[in-house]
Amino acid sequence: MVLAKTAKQRLITLEGVNKSYEQPNGQQITILESIDLELRTGEIVALLGPSGSGKSTLMRMIAGLIAPTKGKVLYHNRPLIGLNPGVAIVFQSFALYPWLTVLENVELGLKAKGVLPDVRRQKALQMIDVIGLDGFENAYPKELSGGMRQRVGFARALAVEPELLCMDEPFSALDVLTAENLRYELLDLWLEHKIPTRAVLIVTHGIEEAVILADRIIVLGRNPGRIRADLPVTLSHYRDRKSPSFQALVDQVYKILTNPELEEIEPSTPVFSVSEPEPPKAKYQSLPAVRIGSIAGFLEILEDRQGDLYRLAQELQLEVDDILPIIEAAQLLDLAHIREGDINLTETGKEFIVSGIDERKQIIKERMLNHIRLVQQICTLLHSKRNNRITEELILDILESYFSAQEAQKQLQTAIDWGRYAELFSYDEPSGEIFLEQVDIPEPAAV
Amino acid sequence: MTRPLTPDNQALARSNWTWQDGLLILAIVALIFGIVKTAAQFSGSYNDQFQAQVSLSVLPSYTAQTLLRMVAAYLLSLIFTLIYAYIAYYSKTASRVLIPLLDILQSIPVLSIAPGVVLALIGLFPGQRIGVELASILLIFTSMTWNMTFSFYQSLSSIPRELREAAQVYRLSLWQRFWTLELPSGVIGLVWNSVMAWAGGWFTLIVIESLTVGDKNFTLPGLGSFLGAAANHGNLEMIGWGLADLIGLIILIDFFLWRPLIAWAEKFKFESVETQNAPESFVLDFLRRSPTLRVLHERVWQPLSTGLARGLSRTSHQDPLAFNPDRNSSLGQWIGWLFTSGLAIVVLWGTWEAVLLLRHLGWSDWQAVMTGAVLTALRVFISLILSLVWTVPVGVAIGRNPRLAQVLQPIVQIAASVPATALFPVLLLFLIHLAGGRQLASIILMMLGTMWYILFNVIAGAQAIPAELFEAAVVYKLPPIERWRTLILPGIFPYLITGIITAVGGAWNASIVSEYIQFQNQTINNPGLGSIITQASAKGQYPLLLAATVVLSILVVLTNRLIWRPLYRIAEEKYQLLV
Repeated sequence: MVLAKTAKQRLITLEGVNKSYEQPNGQQITILESIDLELRTGEIVALLGPSGSGKSTLMRMIAGLIAPTKGKVLYHNRPLIGLNPGVAIVFQSFALYPWLTVLENVELGLKAKGVLPDVRRQKALQMIDVIGLDGFENAYPKELSGGMRQRVGFARALAVEPELLCMDEPFSALDVLTAENLRYELLDLWLEHKIPTRAVLIVTHGIEEAVILADRIIVLGRNPGRIRADLPVTLSHYRDRKSPSFQALVDQVYKILTNPELEEIEPSTPVFSVSEPEPPKAKYQSLPAVRIGSIAGFLEILEDRQGDLYRLAQELQLEVDDILPIIEAAQLLDLAHIREGDINLTETGKEFIVSGIDERKQIIKERMLNHIRLVQQICTLLHSKRNNRITEELILDILESYFSAQEAQKQLQTAIDWGRYAELFSYDEPSGEIFLEQVDIPEPAAV
Repeated sequence: MTRPLTPDNQALARSNWTWQDGLLILAIVALIFGIVKTAAQFSGSYNDQFQAQVSLSVLPSYTAQTLLRMVAAYLLSLIFTLIYAYIAYYSKTASRVLIPLLDILQSIPVLSIAPGVVLALIGLFPGQRIGVELASILLIFTSMTWNMTFSFYQSLSSIPRELREAAQVYRLSLWQRFWTLELPSGVIGLVWNSVMAWAGGWFTLIVIESLTVGDKNFTLPGLGSFLGAAANHGNLEMIGWGLADLIGLIILIDFFLWRPLIAWAEKFKFESVETQNAPESFVLDFLRRSPTLRVLHERVWQPLSTGLARGLSRTSHQDPLAFNPDRNSSLGQWIGWLFTSGLAIVVLWGTWEAVLLLRHLGWSDWQAVMTGAVLTALRVFISLILSLVWTVPVGVAIGRNPRLAQVLQPIVQIAASVPATALFPVLLLFLIHLAGGRQLASIILMMLGTMWYILFNVIAGAQAIPAELFEAAVVYKLPPIERWRTLILPGIFPYLITGIITAVGGAWNASIVSEYIQFQNQTINNPGLGSIITQASAKGQYPLLLAATVVLSILVVLTNRLIWRPLYRIAEEKYQLLV
């Protein structure tokens, strides 16, 4: 059953939108690149992507909180200047004012509009009733459970009767059951036209969540963020997770999310010599912030259950955001590979699983020296210095040409973590120095 | 569908007035009368032959006048804080100047600006008492405001991003945003720093109620001048009464103002979980349950604030982008530009004038200032060491023993709340007759102003060490020295550094009042920066005053930047207990 709303209008149009930030060192970091997108009335659109794909930024541009660097945002076919007057946002962290009661929080938007106190109270109470909060009007947010708090978030947003309701991962801070319950209640309100909202935009990293709620799924890729797919969902509401068509769609999204990343990660020219790695020419791979321990654990599980990625994630009860970085890291280190949404161990991966702790370290060490540019670079620098010590600022300076300051920090941390695991180098946190262990200290895994 | 808000409506309908309500109204009336009566004394002409009387009969009136001065200075600080921090928050350009400037302003001792302020205001109101009163209020203000400002700025800068965005998306006007988001976020910091501000205010007030500038002596009737005069006469009984009055006043303010405010401020915590040991206050419960206040709130305050907000939102609704706290907004840029240019002019002019003044100084003057700096630094250092020697073991003992803490903590708090300057005369009475007492006096006076901060922090630090770490020390049979080296000292280190930073600031301040003292027709002069500043201020040697102040400021700012902040960073990064 497709929604029988009146003729679809264009609510929001994005034309060639770009967003980039300037780093303190003058480098431009692009968050979003050439986004063309249309949001029409009568549909729920899900923005789906891994972390770092700029999906929240995209939503904030539609809300008018952030201005695009290039391109145009149109609202009702007119350029948007400043805040979007037809948008309300439901936030991931709820963003309730802890010193205001439930009622005062819900009234907030109406108060700012200058609605008269009596009318305002009437409307707020009505919305509180619709959203199932009655009895809690005078409670403070800290007295409520997470699910009830997000209800307040919804009531506050719906009270201002927005044309477009934006939701920034609204269910990700809730436990599984509460989230599922709220999702369906929201769907009820939407399908039964209990709320005046004309379109919904939901930012999410949950594939199933997107498939359950959305009429259209926009899949975003990262570095820089761009639209990778625009999938219409024609299944009728309320959708059955077990149905083959539902599962097929989820599978398809998984493939889109995992496959094209592969092309980007492969280094163009593998470096074989350990002592004198070639200076890297292309950009650094983006290291997922994952511990080697997690990768090892994942590989152990994979040994018995190779195959469909979606089923694996479902079995492990992991969200895309949890599992994608691990998969990516495993691929980077050449321990697993993905084809068409299926994941399998590589020869090295199989060898890794049966090895003891020291051999594992050796395997990781070799993989890193062969494949990971950042680690190669650190090793080269360490060997070229007479005292075998470098400061982390040196590495950060290099990284900040490619990553945002925050991301550069994360990259370095991951590299240090992996390097320590493989005993390639050590790190002294207080002084912020990376150094080679002195040779006279016996290395257990020395070859 | 909608239902009436039950608790609210019933409260409005029920008007069973209790005797507590009568009490409350009487208290309000009495308070207003007291303020008006006391304020009336501030007008009229100034009698420059005025000497503080030393008798019990004047004490209530003196207390009231002192209190009014403090309140006026505090309100001034509050207004200044809100405006200054707000501008720094909304304009990135301005914050680059304003925030470091706070550091410098904080390091300038009150006595250095006293002559300027007093003479300027007397010039404005020649022969009138209000001029001297305003000068004293301004001087108290300078010892109250900096911490508050800094705290409010930090609160503003650390408002969670999504809360700010919610304010934007729901289109709160600048006015509404201030009252619903920005001020509430700063309340906790403001309340705690107000307590500190009042402590600093008392310290200054006692000194400046009797002030010598140029060849003139300005004395205002108040507790500070009362204590000074009583000590000068060697009247132990009156000193006792004065101190009792002061301590009583401080305790009362704590009970009726700060405790309720601290308990109330709990509401403004960002944490969304209810705390176990939330501060409580009897007075606050009383006020919260009073029907009178609730009726006032709903019938008068709410309509008034709504009307005001609606009026304002209508006038300021056109341009939502103008309030974008994205700091590159037009409003921010405009304020920033205005501020930078204004400040640049002031700074240039000030520097030029200062250079003109400093030309009058000879080589010997500079030499005196430098020697003074070394001597004072030495005294600060010695008093710090002496404070550490007793506070660390005692603080750890109190902190590790809950029973002891229960008994001693209130006593320590009261002792700490008495401004050191009020105790100076008393101590001097005893110390002045001892051999070497004069040197000792300066150091002890400094310690009075410093050791409490350290003690507080050591107690808190010792309490924060998890019991399991102590159990581990017992299980692995660490000898006492090892226990201190590996567990207790690292455990309290972050707290200790915090305490020391505050304490050293206090010690520098105390040096101003403790190195040169005129007492019972004797003069105690321990050469040092403080002594130079006091004398130069009293004798009107402005070039020397300026030079000594600049050196002192630079010394304080530099030690903060080069020693304490790095230590603090280490403490935060390395010795933070992961609990």
